[in-house]
Amino acid sequence: MTEHTPAAAPHWLLGRITWDSIPMAHEPIVLYTFLATMLGGLAVVAALARFRLWGPLWKDWICSIDHKRIGIMYMVLGLVMFLRGFADAVMMRLQQSMAFGESMGYLPPHHYDQIFTAHGVIMIFFVAMPFVTGLMNYLVPLQIGARDVSFPFLNNFSFWMTAGGAVLVMLSLFLGEFSTAGWLALSNLGAQNPGVGLDYYIWGLQVAGVGTTLSGINLIVTIVKMRAPGMSLMKMPVFTWTALCTNALIVASFPVLTAALVLMSLDRYVGTNFFTNDLGGNAMLYVNLIWIWGHPEVYILVLPCFGIFSEVVATFSRKRLFGYTSMVYATVCITVLSYLVWLHHFFTMGSGATVNTFFGITTMIISIPTGAKIFNWLFTMYKGRIRFTVPMLWTVGFMCTFAIGGMTGVLLAVPPADFVLHNSLFLIAHFHNVIIGGVVFAVFAGINYWYPKAFGYRLDEFWGKCSFWFWLVGFWVAFTPLYILGLMGVTRRVSHFEDASLQIWFVIAAFGAALIALGIASFFIQLFVSYRRRDALRDVTGDPWDGRTLEWATSSPPPQYNFAFTPVAHEIDAWWDMKKHGYQRPLAGFQPIHMPANTGAGIVIAGLSTVFGFAMIWHMWPLAAASFAATVLASIIHTFNYQRDYHIPAAEVAATEAARTQQLAAAHV
Amino acid sequence: MSDTHALTTRAYHLAHEPHPENGTALGFWLYLMSDCLIFAALFATYGVLGRSYAGGPTGAELFDLPLVALNTAFLLLSSITFGFAMLQKQQNKVGGTLAWLAITGLFGLCFLGLELYEFHHLIHQGAGPQRSAFLSAFFTLVATHGLHVTFGLVWLVVLMVQIARHGLIHENQRRLMCLSMFWHFLDVVWIGVFTFVYLMGVL
Repeated sequence: MTEHTPAAAPHWLLGRITWDSIPMAHEPIVLYTFLATMLGGLAVVAALARFRLWGPLWKDWICSIDHKRIGIMYMVLGLVMFLRGFADAVMMRLQQSMAFGESMGYLPPHHYDQIFTAHGVIMIFFVAMPFVTGLMNYLVPLQIGARDVSFPFLNNFSFWMTAGGAVLVMLSLFLGEFSTAGWLALSNLGAQNPGVGLDYYIWGLQVAGVGTTLSGINLIVTIVKMRAPGMSLMKMPVFTWTALCTNALIVASFPVLTAALVLMSLDRYVGTNFFTNDLGGNAMLYVNLIWIWGHPEVYILVLPCFGIFSEVVATFSRKRLFGYTSMVYATVCITVLSYLVWLHHFFTMGSGATVNTFFGITTMIISIPTGAKIFNWLFTMYKGRIRFTVPMLWTVGFMCTFAIGGMTGVLLAVPPADFVLHNSLFLIAHFHNVIIGGVVFAVFAGINYWYPKAFGYRLDEFWGKCSFWFWLVGFWVAFTPLYILGLMGVTRRVSHFEDASLQIWFVIAAFGAALIALGIASFFIQLFVSYRRRDALRDVTGDPWDGRTLEWATSSPPPQYNFAFTPVAHEIDAWWDMKKHGYQRPLAGFQPIHMPANTGAGIVIAGLSTVFGFAMIWHMWPLAAASFAATVLASIIHTFNYQRDYHIPAAEVAATEAARTQQLAAAHV
Repeated sequence: MSDTHALTTRAYHLAHEPHPENGTALGFWLYLMSDCLIFAALFATYGVLGRSYAGGPTGAELFDLPLVALNTAFLLLSSITFGFAMLQKQQNKVGGTLAWLAITGLFGLCFLGLELYEFHHLIHQGAGPQRSAFLSAFFTLVATHGLHVTFGLVWLVVLMVQIARHGLIHENQRRLMCLSMFWHFLDVVWIGVFTFVYLMGVL
């Protein structure tokens, strides 16, 4: 859809939607995707109806305010969007490996631009963020011995806002088009970029951003206020520490993204002059604002991953984490420093040697606490009794991969070098090196590590190892060529090349992407095989890895109330300490447990907000006004509900715990 | 109590249900600080673009300080009357609380009315938000504050209905405390707007 028809006045009700807005009419790729999605969707709907699962799905999941279920829903969202984001990656690798000289490849440039934009947006906002938030949601209350988060309804609402943003981005595939301006919309061109693509981008991120900010506030309050007695800040599990820092970063940076996107929207909808080229506007202001959010965002993603690796490495080395205190301080240092480096993303802006030097040095300083962490993990392994389970493999793979990614980052932090490498494939290789090596590896380590906690059975080792090795090798085969090409001066976001001598490198990179695809396939096979073998892989102890932190103190999966009695912590590794002192599970004296009640308000309000976003994208003003009013009204109606909690009777707690006692006895534990 | 008990005998769980401190006050503070960052970004934008007149009118030519002073007085007074409402709440007087809240709302309405009049006047003069980057930044910053006041008013009315219906029950007291923080926060932001935009604008 290259041609726009801005001349025609928008329909009063339908806004800018016309028959031309449906791209499958003229793009076979989109048509096939649409057909496949529809068939898949219909199959899911039919299966849910066939097995009468709509009721339970609505009651137990969609309306659930249980942090564990919300955590799992975040992970599912991340996984679904991961497939979409990876499909985009494969399309780019294919295009770049064939579009040389005479051959233009199979993607027209306008379509290619949408794909690289969608790939970045989806991978960061709707894959990495849901994965990280999902793990934090699931684990933080368990690790601190709490029953739920501080604001359980808000938690459900946050999830549905994130899902609403994802829906808007996915919708752009079949209705209209997506942004072509890159994942940060740096080339947004204000009002001169008239298509709906940039509006999909804006509203998708705004809707999801509300959810992210609220979930950040929620988790901070949970960590500050709801820790088990005895768990002082310096006795918190490292994953919880990293979660605290990440959420502090979220609360302190997402508002800037919101503001930057509001200003861009005003330029587009009202005709203001913030980032325009005339009447005093300043495009570099947008670049500064977006990166003031964007750089902390990098650490929002990677800090909890450091937390995951810290938990995994301590458990599988059977040692307490080396240098707990330095790990905490390193995390806090990174949190603060992440606000002082944003300008290194655009040294070429021309802010002068002094400014560039400042930001170059702060960037290099960040590698010091990060390096300290790597040493802490290595020293934890040193003289440990290491078990090379799947989570541990991912951790070791991470340490090797991430260290190299970090070093290329320090290289880019040198302003003169950056002037050469800016916007080159070297940069692309660098940030995939740290995001795949850091975040993706951590998520797979985390899934393999905590899956038995969430579902009651371990994941199959063989397919887990296949997945790991395909990913590790595939990653290096896919991205080493990009480092080389970048050093040779090839820039990013190009859909066609003239110099045929470069082609071999892109073919190698495409082969690497194929290996990664095998890694992803192995992961899904792993899920399937493990489900089939769930009885053999069953974990009845609740502590399959001989863990150290409180989430392993309860059953797998944990009961709705997490802990029948609130645990008391004395050491950093609270559960390890309990085991060492021969702690016996209490078998009597259960009391009613106060719990928050499920509600459908979250999905209703989030759904209405998503409709509002959609109406704004397509300039459907009456629908926008109506859905906005409905959102406000639904929120107000929700505040009139004062009955938000209930008690689980003591008898029910006793019955649940008795069942577990039997299970443990049967397993002779 | 349970804490010290635990430390002496190394108990590993509490025998009784704990009552964790309610986190609403902290959570709302965090929300206010995140909102403050939105304003910070808008102030920064105004700082960058505030002198980009693009040949159009400047702040010194446009701002009507006596009008803004009156507007500021309305908002500051509304903060005081909200304080009176909170005092009535402390004494558990529903009628007094509602009365002072109503007065607060009226002051808020006056503030919004004057602000809309000012906007209308500026746009009528050809100094709308599209005229220059300075005016874009000005309108966005001031109107964002105005939107917050509008939402504060909606919230105020809803809470008055809830207090009238259920009295000053625990939940309503908590909500009143949050709205009070929100209202005073808007006051603080306005002092920033008044100083940095209006006073320094006419210098």
